[in-house]
Amino acid sequence: MTNLIATLDPASRAASRGWSDTTIRNVFVIPTVLFLIVFNVFPLLYSLGFSFTDFRASSKAPIHFVGFKNYIDTLADPVIWRTFSTTLWYVIVSVAGQFVVGFGLALLLNRPLPFKGLLTTLLMLPMMLSPVVVGLFWKLIYDPSWGILNYALGLGKMAWLTDAKLALYAVAITDIWMWSPFVMLLSLAGLSAVPKHLYEAASIDRAGKFYTFFRITLPLVAPILLIAVIFRTMEAFKTFDIAFVMTGQPAAELISSRLYKMAFQQWQTGPSSALAYIILIMVLCITNIYVKYLNKAKER
Amino acid sequence: MAVVSTRAGRLGSRIAVAAVILITLIFLSPIYWITSTAFKPLVQATSIPPSVVFEPQITPFVKLFTKRAQLTGPVDPAVYAAAPWWEKLVLDGGERLARDGNGDVVFSAYPDRFVNSLIISITSTLLAVSLGTITAYGFSRFRVKGEADLLFFILSTRMLPPIVVAIPMFLMYRAVGLNDTHIGLIILYTAFNVSFAVWLMKGFIDEIPKEYEEAALVDGYTRMQAFFKVVLPEAATGIAATAVFCFITAWNEYAFALILTNRRAQTAPPFIPSQVGTGLQDWTVIAAGTVLFLLPVAIFTFLLRNHLLRGMSFGAIRK
Repeated sequence: MTNLIATLDPASRAASRGWSDTTIRNVFVIPTVLFLIVFNVFPLLYSLGFSFTDFRASSKAPIHFVGFKNYIDTLADPVIWRTFSTTLWYVIVSVAGQFVVGFGLALLLNRPLPFKGLLTTLLMLPMMLSPVVVGLFWKLIYDPSWGILNYALGLGKMAWLTDAKLALYAVAITDIWMWSPFVMLLSLAGLSAVPKHLYEAASIDRAGKFYTFFRITLPLVAPILLIAVIFRTMEAFKTFDIAFVMTGQPAAELISSRLYKMAFQQWQTGPSSALAYIILIMVLCITNIYVKYLNKAKER
Repeated sequence: MAVVSTRAGRLGSRIAVAAVILITLIFLSPIYWITSTAFKPLVQATSIPPSVVFEPQITPFVKLFTKRAQLTGPVDPAVYAAAPWWEKLVLDGGERLARDGNGDVVFSAYPDRFVNSLIISITSTLLAVSLGTITAYGFSRFRVKGEADLLFFILSTRMLPPIVVAIPMFLMYRAVGLNDTHIGLIILYTAFNVSFAVWLMKGFIDEIPKEYEEAALVDGYTRMQAFFKVVLPEAATGIAATAVFCFITAWNEYAFALILTNRRAQTAPPFIPSQVGTGLQDWTVIAAGTVLFLLPVAIFTFLLRNHLLRGMSFGAIRK
């Protein structure tokens, strides 16, 4: 009887030879989880400890426990508040720009077009490139005296990257150039998934273009657009490479650049660990708010 | 949107086509500009007004790979005549190639950094994809306790801001002597990519019918044999797509490389911008270095074109 069951159930029969399923599962899953704990969770616990000390990685001075001083100092520092508000404004400008350009492009592309595949692939090239190298060659484009942008737009000697008012927008424009294709890619997927019969029904009912767009297209594409916005908001909040390489203008300093300078140029290891934790908590909060919103959108 | 058959509809469609082509050209123009700069004569790279028409030359690429010095006087005609064609290009530009004691050309740091990028990206990709594939199989085929939480944990490690992780990593690596080593970066890039590989591969493996393996088990395969001989070949496309994504991420990474390497193991991303601030700002050489560095990614993007959506959404959205 047991023999018969074993023959009928391939899994248990296989289990009698070679590794059992449980062994395979453990061998396949546990190393990766351990690897991530050792190289991500453990380092973060390590720096949590430092965030309560006056440790400086550049000196051998004895380390003192300072309690919440680093957190209090960080939250009281006007420079950090400025970089936080700069970052917030950067996220808003950059993600809104990507949303408008990306979704607009998707609406244009959502129809039979000659060479559609080639055009879409070419449009997606910017987001695959290295952000730091992109920042570098946009510096060439933005150059006030011989850059192509000022020449092409007839703007004279506009100092895009050194002007306190312009620098942040110049970085945002580059980021929009790079990541609008990402919003476009996801929007196109959403648009192509809208059932055709809904448009046919709307057209039979003689519904106007605006009505069709706001009552059929937009609600059905909204969940996927939200996914695009979540990803881009997270990434824009973390922006380091592009901004760091493009401009040293203090008015355009983002929180990641501030953290980098505190940790690796001023060697304030303790305070920078505290700031890192504040950033980490903020990233988690943004994710939570958006995920909740996303779930609501899905239920509809 | 709706079925267009009216004259106005056809006109609208033509305008859309023209708009799409125009926008694509605008989007590609920065890439065209950096590429053309890499083939420009030095004086034309930063000329006012910017030169659109020029005679393309490969001098910037010769300069990219060599160490040079400014010529102080006219070139000895005998030396010029004996020089190979690529050295003539540099001499024509008013510079001479630096040579070592044996008279051999001294290479610049660029080839070293490029090779570092290759070694670190390829090794970390192989590790991340191997680990990611088996872990994805584990999650896809077996019951794992707290599966949803574990998968969320795995993805969340990818969302951490790099600098936040780099602060403790720098101290830990310094303590164990892994700063500025290939292994140090390989480990970090593997950790960064493995979460992505698990999510993407899980989607691909979920799509392979379980019946294939069960048939193999009935035929007398062990579970491991079924995994290697049935599942892996079926998942080949997914594995390739995942590998290309991991490679591009590692290839493009900047923050960790900037903080954790400075010479021996430095990759191209922190190296290329560091050239801007030093000595003579030769934008044609920087452009040449940039173009050479971006080329593999451009090629991979074309190979990946049908998997971009899936990769970019961590496997969440499939077509």
